[in-house]
Amino acid sequence: MRIVVEHLSYTYQPRTPFAVKALDDVTLTIEEGEFFGVIGHTGSGKSTFVQHLNGLIRLPSSLKRQKKIKPKKGCLPPPPPVLKVGDFDLGDKKTDFRALRKSVGMVFQYPEYQLFAETVKEDVAFGLKNFSEGKPDPRQTEEAVREALSIVGLDYDEIADKSPFDLSGGQKRRVAIAGVIVTRPEVLVLDEPAAGLDPLGKREIMQLLHRIHGSWCKTIVIVSHDMDEIAENCTRAAVFSEGKLVCVLPPSELFRDAGRLTDLGLDIPLTAKLVLALRERGVEIDCNFRTEDFVAAVLARKGGAS
Amino acid sequence: MHALEFRDVDFSYGDPSQDANAFRIRKLNFTVEEGEFVAVLGHNGSGKSTLARLANGILTADGGEIRVFDTVLGEKNLFEIRKQVGVVFQNPDNQTVASIVEDDVAFGAENVALPREEIGRRIDFALGAVGMRELRGATVSRLSGGQKQRVAIAGVLALKPRIMILDESTAMLDPRGRKEIIDVVLRLNKEEKITVVLVTHFMEEALLADRAVVMNRGDIVMQGAPSEIFARSDELLAYNLALPRIAVITKSLREGGMSVKDTLDISSLADEIAGELKCGS
Amino acid sequence: MKDVAFGQYYPADSFVHRLDPRLKILFLIAYIVAIFVASNFYGLALCAAVLILAVALSRLPVGKVFRAVRGALILVIFTAVINLLFHSGKTVYWSCGILCISKEGILFSAYLVIRLVLLVICSSLLTYTTTPVALTDGIESLLTPLKWIRFPVHALALIMSIALRMIPTLMEETERIKNAQKARGANFESGNPLRRVKAFIPILVPLLLSAFRRADELGDAMEARCYGGKKRVKYKKLRFSWRDLLAAILAAALIAGVVLLRVYLGEIV
Repeated sequence: MRIVVEHLSYTYQPRTPFAVKALDDVTLTIEEGEFFGVIGHTGSGKSTFVQHLNGLIRLPSSLKRQKKIKPKKGCLPPPPPVLKVGDFDLGDKKTDFRALRKSVGMVFQYPEYQLFAETVKEDVAFGLKNFSEGKPDPRQTEEAVREALSIVGLDYDEIADKSPFDLSGGQKRRVAIAGVIVTRPEVLVLDEPAAGLDPLGKREIMQLLHRIHGSWCKTIVIVSHDMDEIAENCTRAAVFSEGKLVCVLPPSELFRDAGRLTDLGLDIPLTAKLVLALRERGVEIDCNFRTEDFVAAVLARKGGAS
Repeated sequence: MHALEFRDVDFSYGDPSQDANAFRIRKLNFTVEEGEFVAVLGHNGSGKSTLARLANGILTADGGEIRVFDTVLGEKNLFEIRKQVGVVFQNPDNQTVASIVEDDVAFGAENVALPREEIGRRIDFALGAVGMRELRGATVSRLSGGQKQRVAIAGVLALKPRIMILDESTAMLDPRGRKEIIDVVLRLNKEEKITVVLVTHFMEEALLADRAVVMNRGDIVMQGAPSEIFARSDELLAYNLALPRIAVITKSLREGGMSVKDTLDISSLADEIAGELKCGS
Repeated sequence: MKDVAFGQYYPADSFVHRLDPRLKILFLIAYIVAIFVASNFYGLALCAAVLILAVALSRLPVGKVFRAVRGALILVIFTAVINLLFHSGKTVYWSCGILCISKEGILFSAYLVIRLVLLVICSSLLTYTTTPVALTDGIESLLTPLKWIRFPVHALALIMSIALRMIPTLMEETERIKNAQKARGANFESGNPLRRVKAFIPILVPLLLSAFRRADELGDAMEARCYGGKKRVKYKKLRFSWRDLLAAILAAALIAGVVLLRVYLGEIV
């Protein structure tokens, strides 16, 4: 499913002294099959942006929009916002948002805090139950839960009947992710899925995303603060700052011009820092900023030189 | 005299004789020198947070003794010890008791019944030390994560501790917030001469410490200068830790046949690589 | 939602905003006494005049004040209608069974409506011009004499303070959990009442657990900052200023005024 966003704006607490423009005229397209990164500071609008993707934040209906915005004389009225995920038109009130949410899974920050059921299997099956028409078949449900748990690296037989609250932090996080992917969403959106985990936990989360990406899960959209993570994993990344979209580029180009990010107070990956430091020392390394690629490029230079 | 000393400390959650999985610390020995900056590393559940909670008596050891500047921690001097050992916790939202910044910073000083003028001076000092003096009247819930954690640090500083323990205090922050906290901590260590114990799982933060300590299953398994620790990559991986990215790159370059020395500093690694590439040509 | 304004506080810098919260609470109590002592329209007119002065001094937008009244409108209308229809009097204009409309009834219900409106405006004036923090400080201070009967005033004040601090955090958390469950297909909007109540379990359970976890961590953080010792002082002391003296005189004059009016002019009905 292709995600098309045009002229998307959003204001929290509009027309009050506390009004905050969280998104300002954002236009971008995410192609099917991408591993798409979203970066920016806290408060840059990136979380607001991703919450639009499965209709948790709705576009204002077109009628209301016309009433609210009165074009000034000599000014063109602002173009209407467009938000489409595959065939779902999120600007259309008649859109089936439940069906949309089934296709667009959303993993929030610290998802383990949304666990609620008495057993792991009940919790993981929650989405399945909600999205199925009528009563779900228990055998199919068990199969789906078993598979979701195995994708996140947990053993159904060992864990299914335990209380989710008796698990370790890392396990809870994985159960929560299983509870989202159990419905096999075509698009998976994750808001800092690795936040607060130890290095091992982080690595496991990224590995599991790569495991499902390309099978039933066609597109992954990931919000992250970790530039190394973006450089290693993403096909392209969008940079947000103060509600505006700064650019959408593949990491190989995004991190080439380090100033663009550092001017916004954002970090760059370690490989980009090394490339810069080497340039100062008169050595040009051309790479796409993945660690593996950087090492290969340096070694190739070494090989070519000797 | 050590600033902080654990002598043969035993501790367990649950009953180890009943439950094989019960967490326990056995005969733990650990010292921190005055003015030192120590980073404590370890995967989740390695016991690093327990260490922090034992040091100021929030948890009570089952055996052995904990000394703070040579005073043995006990029931009677709990408050004296807590004045000396400040602890900042992980979640920026769960440490403030008041809605307004200065009211929260005053909390500790109020608890030990300092004279009112002194509390005022302490608030000034503490907020100044974390760079938040102009926000003293701000509403806590409207601050950023990094600012909230700085308020938490200020709240601890108001008691003028000589040791400060940060128990994964950067784990829930974004990079900007994390940098704010690390900058403050470094400054407190250098300028105010406060002894710092930083519990973290960001390997990059441990690089800044004088000494790194690695915990695994309730035991200290490695300690030494950060560069020494990160040179022992196989051991680290065995304790479920990851290498800092820079160490990964150095290691891969070496495996590819380049002779680069272990370093944790970007510019010296760049020097090494540039040297290698140029001398080859 | 992150605002201090989760109460009703309207930020401004005015005479009324700067008054000591204790005095404002006491003023409200005095005012309530005054409008119940006022037994005729002259007394009420005096009360109204004082309130108009107070509102003017508070620099609140008039719309805000009316909005407060609008909130209590149903109560006001209900009271008016009941009293209008059931109050018996000498000059009857219309009657039907036990229902009647009399001159006295009209006067009496008008009298009640004015009382209620004044009451609503005066209490919302307190919440509009006082931050929740100042309000709790004021309540704590006013409760201080209860220490004599060993009432834990400090603990109560701390509980109020922590509650105020945590409300925005928990509200945000509720929103986040609600969104997360919605993303998993939870439906909070349709179905019969029982189903809807059940639909909230996936919100309530995580919220409660989170509140307990927060309480636990907060407890540790408080202990680490030496909470639990015997002595404890309070850094911020509320101080009376000339404004407070002025307001206190006004309140006293108001009560004296309505009492005099009652004694000399008698009751209306």
